[in-house]
Amino acid sequence: MTISSETAARAAEIIARYPQPRSALVPLLFLAQAEHGFLGREDLDWVGDLLGLTAAEVGAVSSFYSMLKRSPTGEYVVSVCTNVPCALRGADEVFARIAAALALDGAGTSSDGKVTLEAVECLAACDKAPVVSVNYENYERVSPEAAEAIVRGIRSGQLLPAAEGEVPEPLARAHRRLAGLEGGRLDPGEGQA
Amino acid sequence: MSAEVRVLTARFEDPESHTLARYGATGGYAGLRRALAMSPADVTRMVKDSGLRGRGGAGFPTGGKWGFIPRDTGLPVYLVVNGDEGEPGTFKDRELIERDPHQLIEGILISAYAIGAARAFVYLRGEMALAGRRLEAALAEARSAGYLGARVIGRDFGLEILVHRGSGAYICGEETALLESLEGFRGQPRLRPPFPAVKGLYASPTAINNVETISAIPHIVERGVAWFRSLGTERSPGPKIFSISGEVNRPGNYEAALGIPARVLIEDFAGGVWKNKHLRAFAPGGSSTPLLSAEHLDVPMDFESVVAAGSQLGTGAMIVIAEGTCIVRAVRRFTDFYAHESCGKCTPCREGTYWMRHTLARIEEGRGRAADVDTLLDVCGNMLGRCFCPLGDGAVSPVESSIALFREDYERHIREGACPWPGRASLPGAG
Repeated sequence: MTISSETAARAAEIIARYPQPRSALVPLLFLAQAEHGFLGREDLDWVGDLLGLTAAEVGAVSSFYSMLKRSPTGEYVVSVCTNVPCALRGADEVFARIAAALALDGAGTSSDGKVTLEAVECLAACDKAPVVSVNYENYERVSPEAAEAIVRGIRSGQLLPAAEGEVPEPLARAHRRLAGLEGGRLDPGEGQA
Repeated sequence: MSAEVRVLTARFEDPESHTLARYGATGGYAGLRRALAMSPADVTRMVKDSGLRGRGGAGFPTGGKWGFIPRDTGLPVYLVVNGDEGEPGTFKDRELIERDPHQLIEGILISAYAIGAARAFVYLRGEMALAGRRLEAALAEARSAGYLGARVIGRDFGLEILVHRGSGAYICGEETALLESLEGFRGQPRLRPPFPAVKGLYASPTAINNVETISAIPHIVERGVAWFRSLGTERSPGPKIFSISGEVNRPGNYEAALGIPARVLIEDFAGGVWKNKHLRAFAPGGSSTPLLSAEHLDVPMDFESVVAAGSQLGTGAMIVIAEGTCIVRAVRRFTDFYAHESCGKCTPCREGTYWMRHTLARIEEGRGRAADVDTLLDVCGNMLGRCFCPLGDGAVSPVESSIALFREDYERHIREGACPWPGRASLPGAG
């Protein structure tokens, strides 16, 4: 897999933002992840070459953080918070219903490779428990029935609007934002910063 | 004293509160203008005199932290805002950024001016997609309105703010781990001293402050020290956002003067325990603070009083657990979190959380042994105060406090060979 020339140009832009280039390491890993969906050996090498780091140095960082994926995920990542504040309000049942709807025994990727389910730690929205995110967009106060509807929405290609009325973005775009690209928007459709 | 106050949360009900138009129309950036008419030293003194203490958990005086920053090193000074909110039960910083990002930006501008920083970083939790978009959009607005750049509103002061996204590691909320992460390393804490004020980001003098702390700064500058001190207690002045979650009728962020009784927050603001149940336990300041019980409901929620009651104010994140919920199961869930998030750098935390996790699982699943409770306490004793950073102490809190308050729950699990609150594989609110 190769890195597009457009992505390479954005990489230089990201590095230039920081007083020291190594600070761009995680943003560049997100950029590579946006390109390929996960971080393969070539991605780690590409980032290492850009920053003058060894494969070991890049690998050590990429394995530390849970949002950096070292194996393929589906095009939708469904994250269910199962920590205490969400669990007290029914998160375990929500997780179980989503797993069942995806024909999974627990966390994992659906057999068609489209959806990855993960149990995650606190998403800092405990007042809206239980919280489920799809490609990092939060759905709030999710009942077991609502959880199944979220999965049906993904399956049918008609995503349900999330908490603030936004529809989850494609995963690659979410990863580009995490790299520091795309800017913000005040309203849906507004241009980048 | 017992009434809700609206300072940092004043704009929360306004659906357009995140825009510059609304912020400017409701008094926004007035504090910045006032600050830029003062000397940086006077701004720092004002923050020091206000008695503002950090809202990220430790409660260290903010003005004091700024006072340690040397100005004559020839190195750049950095301001780093800790927005890596991830402690279970804590959700105030997320809402502050989503609803009022300009308040944070104004606070960053004033704070950077006070400490002499020309660059600021916001380390924002990666999972917070909406907060990230709102903050980036607000920064773009601020930039085009002249609040950022080489000459902030035409004055001889320049600032650039960069948002750096976290990538999924609770430990990066610890300030030195955050700096390691921001420099492109694994997020593992650094030995202190040297403290970040002297050698922080890129070994330069650095102030690291929580989102809520920085968001309070414009109000202090605009309304003054006397106003700020008119709220709260002598040693814990000012307003504070209390995040109430778990088994209550109206979970949410509620702002009140420090020192408000826990009972008012839980029973009045959050509408009391749900399903007409009684309160069994609550964490007063996030999962890392020792659990308290119903007998502590009249504790004033300020830094000193909560310590006197045997816990800590932490972030003011109150997790409420009702009767009928298995405490051991809840504590096991907390412990799974700490075991997962332990960075592995120091032995007591890495091994201690591992053994606590396995011992708690055994007890909860009805396979506990008579000595298990004492084993847990022994592990706690080998972690408390012996770990490299506060994560280890935080992991001890729910375990040790729940045994102190509810030891009989543990003993029953072991004696009866099963969870006395059976029938569900999950925590009781489910289904």
